[in-house]
Amino acid sequence: MRDTPLPDPAQPPAVRADQYPAGRAAFPHKDLVGISSLAPWEILYLLDEAEQYVALNRQRHKHVDTLAGLTIINAFFENSTRTLLSFEIAGKRLGADVVNMHAATSSVKKGETLIDTATTLNAMRADAIVIRHASSGAVQLIADKVDCPVINAGDGRHEHPTQALLDALTMRHWMQGRIVPDGTKPLHEQGAGGFAGLKVVICGDILHSRVARSNILLLSALGAQIRVCAAPALMPAAMERMRVEPFNNFDAAIAGVDVVMMLRLQQERMAGSFIPSAGEYRALYGLTPERLALAAPHALVMHPGPMNRGVEIDSVVADMLGRSAITQQVEMGVAIRMACLDVLTRRARHVPGWRLPERDPAAGNAAVGDPAAADRPQDPS
Amino acid sequence: MKPAPPLTITNGRLLCTDGISDAASPVVLLCQGDRIVGTSRQIDSGETSAAGHRVFDARGMVVMPGIVDLGVFEIDKPAFHFGGITRAALMPDQAPPLDYPARVRFAAAFGKPDLWVHPLAAATRGLAGTQLAEMALMKEAGARAVATGRSWIADSGVMLRVMQYAAMLDLPVITHAEDTGLAGDAVATAGEIATRLGLPAAPAEAEALAIARDLMLAAMSGVHLHIRQVTTRAGLDLVRKAKAGGTRVTCGVTPAHFMLSDIAMADFRTFARLSPPLRSEEDRQAVREALADGTIDVIASGHDPRGPEDKRLPFADAAPGMAGAETLLPLTLALVRDGLIGLPRVCALLCTNPATILGIAAGVLEKGYEADVAIVDVDRPWIVDSDRMQAQAGNTPFDRQPLQGRTAALFKGGMQVGQ
Repeated sequence: MRDTPLPDPAQPPAVRADQYPAGRAAFPHKDLVGISSLAPWEILYLLDEAEQYVALNRQRHKHVDTLAGLTIINAFFENSTRTLLSFEIAGKRLGADVVNMHAATSSVKKGETLIDTATTLNAMRADAIVIRHASSGAVQLIADKVDCPVINAGDGRHEHPTQALLDALTMRHWMQGRIVPDGTKPLHEQGAGGFAGLKVVICGDILHSRVARSNILLLSALGAQIRVCAAPALMPAAMERMRVEPFNNFDAAIAGVDVVMMLRLQQERMAGSFIPSAGEYRALYGLTPERLALAAPHALVMHPGPMNRGVEIDSVVADMLGRSAITQQVEMGVAIRMACLDVLTRRARHVPGWRLPERDPAAGNAAVGDPAAADRPQDPS
Repeated sequence: MKPAPPLTITNGRLLCTDGISDAASPVVLLCQGDRIVGTSRQIDSGETSAAGHRVFDARGMVVMPGIVDLGVFEIDKPAFHFGGITRAALMPDQAPPLDYPARVRFAAAFGKPDLWVHPLAAATRGLAGTQLAEMALMKEAGARAVATGRSWIADSGVMLRVMQYAAMLDLPVITHAEDTGLAGDAVATAGEIATRLGLPAAPAEAEALAIARDLMLAAMSGVHLHIRQVTTRAGLDLVRKAKAGGTRVTCGVTPAHFMLSDIAMADFRTFARLSPPLRSEEDRQAVREALADGTIDVIASGHDPRGPEDKRLPFADAAPGMAGAETLLPLTLALVRDGLIGLPRVCALLCTNPATILGIAAGVLEKGYEADVAIVDVDRPWIVDSDRMQAQAGNTPFDRQPLQGRTAALFKGGMQVGQ
């Protein structure tokens, strides 16, 4: 099997061969469970791989047969519409057979069921499994149990790596068309992927947000300056240890930033013990046009969706042409997920250079040669 | 039942809270029936040669009282015998809870004769923290103390009444110190690790808050308060001050909190999911200091074997607890090796103090006491292997860790048990 050539190779830059190690060395991971395990160049590799799919998705014929014959299971143990749809479209545009498994959270809360589900999916010989689960660490638990690649579509408050990647891709697209205020260099020429020195503020429910954690890890790996802003009750402990600057005051946090990333406020936190009311939240942390004016004049507005219009973000800001990248984020999401599925299944598809080094056949099938898995301490398995 | 023939343990280094006998002049421990008759320097060869008389050669090893494990969640005889434990205080958190005299009576008889269980009576019915349980009848059924179980009693009025009632009955109250409002659904201590892993976390101060209230209520009621685990510097400072001020308070800890800090939870290792959760390295050092300066009175195993159905889960969904009986003694001996405490204090922490708190005649090798004796090879190296433990489950955060010190032989009431 080979990679199907893209319909229009003249479109944006393919991944430059000289930029990354050859073959599997460019992305030597079995799974994509978190940004925390990725090196900066591995992040950039995924972003670069996604460019071809951004181009593909803008064409009328949005289909390749790269993953033809492979089965992808989307196992969502927590409700989701957008992410599930995005992964489903990504898999189908790559030509894979995509199956969605909706599992009510309640039925899988019980211990063995989660492991049993993983074993079941494994026995069905899926070629990739995409998992969302309400508990931090659940995806890693499953990834350790199955042979095929596992992609984390969000686990509890831990990580949501594809969201951070799509956000980074969105930012990079935006930067490539912009000049910094002092007018010297385009943002993208200033360092690693253009992110070095980029000022980003992430505002909202940082405590419960996996999007915030993955974005912090990714953006700090690429050298961005990150501020996080939340009410004290929604700010995790020891944030400064993650190389970010914590703020309680949004006006101070937003001053002069290049990117404003708003987080969704969950309904159950709006009234009750975390914040007094949605109205008061908007007063302190809502992204209004007046607040946006405090950011850099070119500042980009982002939101992972779905938005609570009038709570964390005003409609006029969310729909601001040229400033709001919220719909572009959704577009980049499909491309990023295509890139992740493509890269992680190369081993199974026998893409040259992506096969595992020869192994002793007696060594068993555990860990499937993932160097990270061998190091990873495991609880009973 | 036929009384056991006399037992003589020779060539031992006798360990008590006052000191340890010199290796050059080994001591002989004489037991008759289930009791210790005395110690001597000489063997009366005429007596030991009598028919049926048992002589055990300790070959220069440490001879110490059987360990009294103050606070276990499961009666797990093979693990206890491996660990040198002859008596265990059973936490009321059973299914159903030990909140009813008949259950206490059953638990008290459960391990005999080779392991004595001292049930801890639930302070409130169903451990719900609202209605007082039948403490007097449970005492009569064999309960040696009253305990709040895995949780704290949030209602201060209930807690005061529990303490007053227990004080009247002369029963100590054993508490779990974690302010429930602050702790909420937390499974980790607030800090960098919990933040990175995205785990629900509570500030370490939840412990000191709970201790401060309980100390005040204890002073009001005059009860003997024993805080089962104190794991933070702030909490230990409060206990230290209260002791100096004359409050009847003692406290304990389990080896996990002086061996590990919250970094052990990395990679969502559910074997390191404990209650209270593992603390910062700073707090771990504070626990070690408190062990050295005498603030901490007891080291217990908190033995809570949990199989994969409880542990092979996402971290927050997994049950807390570790199988600790087998590693209790060697990890305590590690404190000796680190120069923090001496061997006599090991005896106090593991045997004498817990026996005193429970008001039982044990934990001492003196005439008239029950012949609960552990022969310990304090230097013997071994490696913890969670797959091959004696415990009902191998949920230890010390898997693959090399340790030193192991029970060579164990006697309960003069009879050799285990191994």
